[in-house]
Amino acid sequence: MTEHHPDPMNVTNPEHDEHHIVSPLQYTMVFGTLLVFTGVTVGAAYIDLGLFNPVIALGIACFKACIVILFFMHVKYSSRLVKMTVGAGFFTFLILVTMSLTDYMSRAWGRW
Amino acid sequence: MDNHTIAHTEEHHVSLPQHRHHFETEEQQREAATFGMWLFLLTEIMFFGGLFMAYLLYRNWYYDAFVAASNTLNIGLGAVNTAVLIGSGFAMALAVWAAEVRKKGLLVIFLIITTLLGTVFLGVKYVEYKEKFELRHVPGANFDISRFVNPPADARDQQHLAPDMAHKTEIYFSLYFAMTGMHALHMIIGIGLLIWLTIRAQRGAFSSGYVAPIENFGLYWHFVDIVWLFLFPLLYLINIHPMH
Repeated sequence: MTEHHPDPMNVTNPEHDEHHIVSPLQYTMVFGTLLVFTGVTVGAAYIDLGLFNPVIALGIACFKACIVILFFMHVKYSSRLVKMTVGAGFFTFLILVTMSLTDYMSRAWGRW
Repeated sequence: MDNHTIAHTEEHHVSLPQHRHHFETEEQQREAATFGMWLFLLTEIMFFGGLFMAYLLYRNWYYDAFVAASNTLNIGLGAVNTAVLIGSGFAMALAVWAAEVRKKGLLVIFLIITTLLGTVFLGVKYVEYKEKFELRHVPGANFDISRFVNPPADARDQQHLAPDMAHKTEIYFSLYFAMTGMHALHMIIGIGLLIWLTIRAQRGAFSSGYVAPIENFGLYWHFVDIVWLFLFPLLYLINIHPMH
């Protein structure tokens, strides 16, 4: 591996020879998108959409979280190990919340 | 003789100051650090997840109380704080970039901007908390339910709650302070780390190819951002138009 490496002393970028650098332009676009969607979510909250108010608010929050994770946190450019770890974490969290809420709401513990 | 020379060169091509001897390559070391950071963040997801779970459940149980209590929050301040926090995250992302391209001056500037915006967030949070203390909406012996039994004319939500339901607003505020307080504590720890990183960056620790501490702190800071991205709609926004 090392003998065919274009930069055997690994001088140009010693720490990450295949490390992707996200450009400031890309970060600026993500920043703009996040601000726009913050405005959208506040605006949408003032419109009476009934059941869809929380759905839209949480949908927008999930979308914003996804672009933060993918670009600000570099997961889009990370190894499969990191992608799997992140995915597994959020998946486990969703399982725990869904199962707990399903259990609570299907019993007469509350006010139903 | 010849072999000795080769072994010598081999040894030297990995001997950068940040490279620990138990890692084969720098790349492996970086990957291990990122992986470890993400494992820590997964425990944080579970930690905040428990609070989110409690919020969702109690909101369903004491819906009217949660709507009434939620509508006493200032949406304008919440929205401004969201923008401030996103700005802080943006500055942090640029700091990682500056470290990657080895621009020491820019790195220090972006770290300082990140810190300042984080402090502005905490300042706005202080204003919001202070109002809660003045209204006696802090859970405890002094908690006052009168605003929820007889809402003042300028209140956003004009629903009159029965006293037993009005007492449940205390659960909303318990969760409000637990969630935003834990979030704020994470920010305070983050600001402490930022100051330490800024001093090290100023001394040139991260402008010669060693970006792992900046990168992994960035992961922490963005994670704290993400928690707020969910706290804001859940605590402030989704109760403006209650379903009755």
